Amino acid sequence: MAVATAMPPAPSDDKRWRIVETRMRRLGQRPDALIEVLHAAQEAFGYLDTQTMEFVARSLGVPLSKVYGVATFYSYFTLKPQGEHACVVCTGTACYINGAGGIVAAVGRGLGVRPGETTADGKLSLLTARCLGSCSLAPAMILDGEVRGKLTADAVVAELGAL
Amino acid sequence: MTETAGAGRPTRPVRRRHRRAPVLEGPARASAHVCQAASCLSASSDQILDALAEQVTEAGLTDVAVKRVGCLGLCAAGPLVQVPESGRLFDRVRPDDLGGLVEELQAVTPGTTPAPPLPFFARQVRVATEHSGQVDPEDLDDYRARGGYRALETALHSMTPAEVTDQVVRSGLRGRGGAGYPTGLKWTTVAKAPGAQKYVICNADEGDPGAFMDRSVLESDPHRVLEGMAIAGYAVGASRGYVYCRAEYPLATARLKTAIRLAGRAGLLGADIADTPFEFHVELRLGAGAFVCGEETALIASIQGGRGTPRPRPPYPAVSGLWRSPTLINNVETFANIAPIIRNGGDWYAGIGTPSSKGTKVFALAGRVVNTGLVEVPMGITLREIVYDIGGGMVDGRPFKAVQTGGASGGCIPAQYLDMPVDYESLKEVGSIMGSGGMIVMDDTACMVDVARYFMDFCREESCGKCIPCRVGTTQLHTLLTSICEGDATLDALERLERLSDMVKHTSLCGLGQSAPNPVFSTLRYFREEYLAHVQDRTCPAGVCPVGNREEVLG
Repeated sequence: MAVATAMPPAPSDDKRWRIVETRMRRLGQRPDALIEVLHAAQEAFGYLDTQTMEFVARSLGVPLSKVYGVATFYSYFTLKPQGEHACVVCTGTACYINGAGGIVAAVGRGLGVRPGETTADGKLSLLTARCLGSCSLAPAMILDGEVRGKLTADAVVAELGAL
Repeated sequence: MTETAGAGRPTRPVRRRHRRAPVLEGPARASAHVCQAASCLSASSDQILDALAEQVTEAGLTDVAVKRVGCLGLCAAGPLVQVPESGRLFDRVRPDDLGGLVEELQAVTPGTTPAPPLPFFARQVRVATEHSGQVDPEDLDDYRARGGYRALETALHSMTPAEVTDQVVRSGLRGRGGAGYPTGLKWTTVAKAPGAQKYVICNADEGDPGAFMDRSVLESDPHRVLEGMAIAGYAVGASRGYVYCRAEYPLATARLKTAIRLAGRAGLLGADIADTPFEFHVELRLGAGAFVCGEETALIASIQGGRGTPRPRPPYPAVSGLWRSPTLINNVETFANIAPIIRNGGDWYAGIGTPSSKGTKVFALAGRVVNTGLVEVPMGITLREIVYDIGGGMVDGRPFKAVQTGGASGGCIPAQYLDMPVDYESLKEVGSIMGSGGMIVMDDTACMVDVARYFMDFCREESCGKCIPCRVGTTQLHTLLTSICEGDATLDALERLERLSDMVKHTSLCGLGQSAPNPVFSTLRYFREEYLAHVQDRTCPAGVCPVGNREEVLG
């Protein structure tokens, strides 16, 4: 498709930039690869900061406003650094009627963190998702990439508190 | 990540089935199918696979195959291991307690008559999920050994594109993504549309809360979807395809990537497929958590790298879609039905189901029912059969209250319609929709006003914000529903609720907004007394809502 333009120099000598650069090169630096590249960047750095978005914008020849627009439109992308551990509580229908609301509330009471927030010590980010597709395990959550099912509020608070 | 299939065709050997799987000497006398789909995996079924392989090797059983398979269906009782020769299903297996399973594998003799299937399986008819739980999802040879890609080869070698489309038309297959548009008609439109470059898109952005059919199909039998897409590409004249999959499904995307790579290497995707001039390249594109991207024009915007906002139709994607080229968009389950239709003929498929809704439908059965999991049933089966015969009835024997189909665009069906046949028309008549196949069973512990509020909260958050009726309307509806739940509303709130719902339904740009009020309509229609209890008596009959005492409510 489009002829690849020269890639601007990476913002720093952090090796993780190479992951992002490789991804962009493999996709031919096409503007429509934006979402794929943001996935790679978030995987490498954990979140998307202004510097990352500027670099991606220049490399793909896309206006920064569009990169920012896309990064903020999709809930999977985050512009804030995440905690050491990430806990995603499913609030899909099956989990909801099996008590997911109680789990979120209990974690809020027990650990002082609301959905979308990170604990003050930076240990844990609490997130909610609209259905993880693990409905038969309801209520379910993903803790650091691992699906856990048939939860109870007390067990979740205890496990997250011990992280 | 994106994998382009078929760039070259090196003949590297396919990865070993499993690291510790025992080496078979000759055909297997018995086999153990260990479920390695998301639900069982989360209950450590990977450890079971390793431990069982080890113990079978230790026991010197050189004629027993230990195999990784996709979803066995009965997710509630996982982790599951099936011994197909004896028909026994081992549930809730623990890695440290495999003695009984090994004994069973030792005892199987050739010619054993398999035990009759459990009621959960007996009523099912499997087409889209026919190999689910039998085939190794990461092994192309295994899929081919079961007739995989034969439909594609038949189509390429002995059928014209028009003949392929004709079989799909005859099958009566309708879009399984929810709207139920006739698949054959869509294919015909794209085939007829002028344009040098056409595209095929597989919609795997399964966003409905409570639905996991597509995830399961992709995790269990990804080649079937690719085969369906390639056949579609041949029929409509497209040489490129995209699978747009949710980023929330890491296992499904990993298996899809493997499948695309293996099929490309085997010459079943890419250039010169099956030694014919037909070429079809498939790329995987990840979503990023936007429900609206399940809407086809929003999905196209997202594949093009932008914000996933819909645009008015017409023109429909069949005429002007991806990069303004004619584009065929079908759902995962729709594509999963294509290979068997070509293999067995459209008339065979049309023989299943009802006159207007032909074939089978996969449902993700969840909620307050005993046997939660994945089921595939012929159209026309009753809700009662699904909930009680297959689903095993209600948890703790509590009374059935409603079944919710169609996710946030659907509705709640009350007990009086339990004997209604499940087909597109009947579901629509009672105010719900077929939807993509989420089926959530609710008992008396669910408050229907709260359920309506829950779905409205979902729509409010997922509204892309492009059109005002949806962006502002869903927020206002949510506020109204919240005030009812909290006991702050008066009777006129119900009338406002209905009026506003009607406005949002008729003036929104895309399906998300147009169908957002559906849960409100259906709960008002069948459970009005619950609304009245909230506004008149300030009580919540199910004891869910904090009427009068304001505690934090999710949302």
